[in-house]
Amino acid sequence: MRSRDALLATVLILGAAACVTQTSSSRPPERPTVGFGHPISEADVAPWNIDIRTTDGRGLPSGRGSVAQGKVVYEAKCIACHGPEAKGGAMYGTMVGGIGSFKTNSRVVTPGSMYPYAPILFDYVRRSMPMDRPLSMTADEVYAVSAYILHLNGLVPADAVLDQATLPKVQMPNRDGFMLDDRPDTRAVRCMRGCK
Amino acid sequence: MPDTRRNFLRRSALIAGTALAGAGLARSTSAAPLEVPPTAQQPGRPIPPASYGMPSKFESQVVRRRTDVFVNRQNWSDWSMTPLQHQHGIVTPNGLIFERHHAGIPDIDPATHRLVIHGMVKQPLVFSMDNLLRYPSVSKFHFMECSGNTLTDWTKVASTTVQQTHGLLSCAQWTGVPVSWLLDEAGVAPAARWVLFEGADGSNHTRSIPLDKVMDDVLLVYAQNGEMLRPEQGYPLRAFIPGWEGNVSVKWLRRIKVADQPWHFRSETARYTDPMPDGKWRQFSFVMECKSVITRPSGGMKLDRPGFHEIQGFAWSGRGRVSAVDLSVDGGKNWQTSTLEEPVIDKCLTRFRYRWNWDGRPAVIASRAVDSTGYVQPTVQDIMKARAIAGFVQHHNGVFPWSVSASGEVRNAIA
Ligand code: HEC
Repeated sequence: MRSRDALLATVLILGAAACVTQTSSSRPPERPTVGFGHPISEADVAPWNIDIRTTDGRGLPSGRGSVAQGKVVYEAKCIACHGPEAKGGAMYGTMVGGIGSFKTNSRVVTPGSMYPYAPILFDYVRRSMPMDRPLSMTADEVYAVSAYILHLNGLVPADAVLDQATLPKVQMPNRDGFMLDDRPDTRAVRCMRGCK
Repeated sequence: MPDTRRNFLRRSALIAGTALAGAGLARSTSAAPLEVPPTAQQPGRPIPPASYGMPSKFESQVVRRRTDVFVNRQNWSDWSMTPLQHQHGIVTPNGLIFERHHAGIPDIDPATHRLVIHGMVKQPLVFSMDNLLRYPSVSKFHFMECSGNTLTDWTKVASTTVQQTHGLLSCAQWTGVPVSWLLDEAGVAPAARWVLFEGADGSNHTRSIPLDKVMDDVLLVYAQNGEMLRPEQGYPLRAFIPGWEGNVSVKWLRRIKVADQPWHFRSETARYTDPMPDGKWRQFSFVMECKSVITRPSGGMKLDRPGFHEIQGFAWSGRGRVSAVDLSVDGGKNWQTSTLEEPVIDKCLTRFRYRWNWDGRPAVIASRAVDSTGYVQPTVQDIMKARAIAGFVQHHNGVFPWSVSASGEVRNAIA
């Protein structure tokens, strides 16, 4: 992972350098010598500091939850929109299946088929779900409902209990499913007469 | 209007835009004596003591619309599209700028809004809106396009109007503070490479952005087209990342965190990635490549008669300036250069115009843009060679043809 991100950073830096030469007019003017920010401690930022580095789970809180507890959370807080067993409901399509579908033209994109790292599920569910009351669940509830969704996708056993140590270890099938942006990937020519 | 045919025409014109009259109208019709308009014979509405001016009531069809081609089951994580067929200059009026939200539109009191910068910095900082407004400001004209713009129309015709095919595109003058100033103030650690932007909306939307781009030209924006941001554009504060897919310009911005690696959020793995033929997904595909579209005449319009018609449209590139727009009226066999209208601005909508004398025979019209890097806008067939474009896809910048029938009907001709 590390080497891939290092490569990614290099590619993006080269790309950015190319942009600078082409579009220097968009550079901002010089920074004024004054500043108006107020110092704050990381401790005071803590209530907002919820992001998780999903590659290794850094930032995951303490707490734990089982598949069985997750089913209870799911049926109380998620089923209305996502349907029984996350197979699709009133407001969203399926959240299970699709593994192995990406080489076909009917890709099924779900947390199971698509997320390269399991902590993505924790991070997203905590910050965005349930859609009618985001940021309302305890860490235990988020671990539990994540375990339940991973179980429905066949990625953890029925007796799994997830926490900050075990969640990052769940092997996701799409872990190596991504590539860097290599555009421009087309080489159209500016034909003017008698084209095609 | 008793005549049903005219009623029908009028209704279709309202949906699509306008029926376009050709040349010769004045010469071929004998003019009736002019009537003095009643508005010239009485005073109009008095000036109200205070008001926010609205468009004429006769322009009520010019509105953002959700597309009916792709229907979501809820309208919080959804989008509405800009009526490009009615946009007469490079600036999109504030009430018509497209929307894409992930949990609806919050109403945020600027007095309580805070932006925090922390992570790999010497000194974490917090800013109120008052603090941010004390900095010198920078104003830039830039387009904003959703990575999913044109996503319904690749291999088959799905949409009718250019609002539906290309309306996840707008352009405004954005005003704010370079993010680099605030990051310098906080003191970024030498090992830092990535930055997280997080919103204060119900999706707490986040993206990882390379630090180099952030230091280069990213703005913290609080105003658009001369007034404070609209709620649906991120009031009171948003990120603005010139030339990149709209999703990274996080609205309702409340947190910037500096780190050495990207986070790989759902929004940059399961979403906003592009399917490739070998089953892989292209990630961090930020740049919106050079693209153009004819907005007039465009899908759903009708050319009243053969003769003179000005073809108009927009071209743009996330990599720089538009250097040329070519025009074909024979389905791409032959091309002519169109006229680019000033101003031609870096990463901004550019207006092109082409004077066309339509001979009344079926025609296929299309535009093809070239940008300052020499990149030529591809066709869908060109893109298909590189990517797996069936299904839900992003970053469709293909040449977009419209067909004109012998009776003047203009239709989507992408496939
Ligand atoms: C009010 C309706 C609603 C409720 C309740 C709700 N969701 Fe969602 N959920 C949605 C919608 C709509 C989306 C798609 C959002 C988007 O893509 O922007 C979504 C997306 C998701 C996703 C992303 C799926 C993917 O393929 O990436 C997950 C995971 C999820 N919800 C989990 C949950 C869980 C767990 C709960 C209960 C704790 C829950 N949701 C409750 C409406 C809801």
